[in-house]
Amino acid sequence: MSEIFVARLDEMADRQRRVIAAEGLEIGVFRLGDAVFAYQNRCPHQGGPVCQGRLMPKVEQPLGPDQAALGLRFSDEVVHLVCPWHGYEFVLETGRHAGDAGTRLRRFRTVLRDGGVFVLL
Amino acid sequence: MASLPTPARENPARENPVREILPREITSETDTRDQLRLERAHRERRGYGEHFIVDLDAHHFETDSWNDLVDYIEDPILKATALSYKRHPDSRLGPVLLHTNGGQFSQSAAGRIPHSSLSPGEAVDDASVHRDVVPLRRAMDAMGIARMVVFPNALLQLGTHPDPNVEVNLAFAYMRLLTERILPGDPRLKTMAFLPFCDPAACERMVETYAAHPDVIGFMITSVRRHPVHSNACMRLYARLQEIGKPLAFHAGIDTQNGTMLQLDRFVSMHAISFVLSNMIHMTNWVMHGMGERFPRLPVLWIEAGLAYLPFLMQRLDNEYLMRQSEAPLLKRLPSSYIRDMYHGCQPMERTNMKLLEATFEAIDGENKVLFSSDWPHWDFDAPSVIMDLPFLSEQGKRNILGETARRLFRL
Repeated sequence: MSEIFVARLDEMADRQRRVIAAEGLEIGVFRLGDAVFAYQNRCPHQGGPVCQGRLMPKVEQPLGPDQAALGLRFSDEVVHLVCPWHGYEFVLETGRHAGDAGTRLRRFRTVLRDGGVFVLL
Repeated sequence: MASLPTPARENPARENPVREILPREITSETDTRDQLRLERAHRERRGYGEHFIVDLDAHHFETDSWNDLVDYIEDPILKATALSYKRHPDSRLGPVLLHTNGGQFSQSAAGRIPHSSLSPGEAVDDASVHRDVVPLRRAMDAMGIARMVVFPNALLQLGTHPDPNVEVNLAFAYMRLLTERILPGDPRLKTMAFLPFCDPAACERMVETYAAHPDVIGFMITSVRRHPVHSNACMRLYARLQEIGKPLAFHAGIDTQNGTMLQLDRFVSMHAISFVLSNMIHMTNWVMHGMGERFPRLPVLWIEAGLAYLPFLMQRLDNEYLMRQSEAPLLKRLPSSYIRDMYHGCQPMERTNMKLLEATFEAIDGENKVLFSSDWPHWDFDAPSVIMDLPFLSEQGKRNILGETARRLFRL
């Protein structure tokens, strides 16, 4: 298994990313708070550059006690990665499609060491 | 502003230098070549770069060139109205005379799918051609497209305009803009001429104007309208099309002003139904009024409604026709067999259930009657790789769909 240096953690602000090419793969590495996630830059839908898409908060629709819809709102906690080709939305922390958990991104392990961000291939 | 595609660059990291892919985030201003970079990579990896690919359906954002278009309007009253807006500094934002949808119009899903609003923000670097040629050329290069059939965008809604004179004038003005300024910019660009279907006589004039034009490979009716396609007033038009040997296409569209659609309050719901419905109405009338018997040598194409609706409509019409044959006396076969004679653009190809899709291809003779369509740069576009990835097609079937059937049909 190869350990690929991506960037220093302090060079990546919260909700920023790097998309790198290494060992024949394109990989998006995202910082979310103190955590880092890495996925292949290939959407399972049509192969689009998913890791170059927008990061947006999840859209929620809260319901009242009588099941009445109370409108739409942005989540304060959950961040989605949106494929720019067709809008497939993936939960950034899990890589799973927000509406179909069986549709998921290829995930890679990451390591934070000595202030550096590494991805394991 | 530089307009070259963004180069990858060496990451200045201290260990195991890796190449960084840029841009980090794709936006509406990102170069088309960067937007579609991975489709080019897929094609090279899969080895179908030599296939002859015809894109039956791509779009030109005519509202980006509205000030050019209004110069071609023939009617002096309409032209004066349009020019009064042209002088307004914000005229690009709301071209007068158009009949576009209010309310639900979120093609880009609130910016999630940036290429839906690609054209205005993209820098171009070739002043020798009309600005609108450049993004189309980049898309053809990226997807390996040998011929791209270009349609307008907002004008697809013109069929419900209350003033037929507006549809007629804008149709002719658009065709002049397209054939005089845009199509000459790249020999791969073609179109199917916009027929102002509210006025059959004007349609006949459109056919005569462009019948021999080498870049006009057919004629197109926008499906969002309330005009019956089997009207007797249209028979001379169809006869003339059959005579000149150029196909007739129906292009589906958004129809938010349809009372039925007003019940759908989410774009996704309205879009899913209205595109299909607009083509189903005309296909049903075309079949049940025996147009396939009256004009058997006129190829008919159906564009941008996907494929999943076809087996439903085929079985539904067959089932009811067998009980009420007296209402469709011109038919000599089952309705489904007339639909099987037609051609269908593939996009947006519904493929969440591969068994249903395979059955659909079998029902419509898909290896011979489906034509690749990208719909680029719309939000639900399909790249050529969607055809290459279908597991049930033969290799010849894939070649047919990607371009060989279109080559024969349009004599390309």
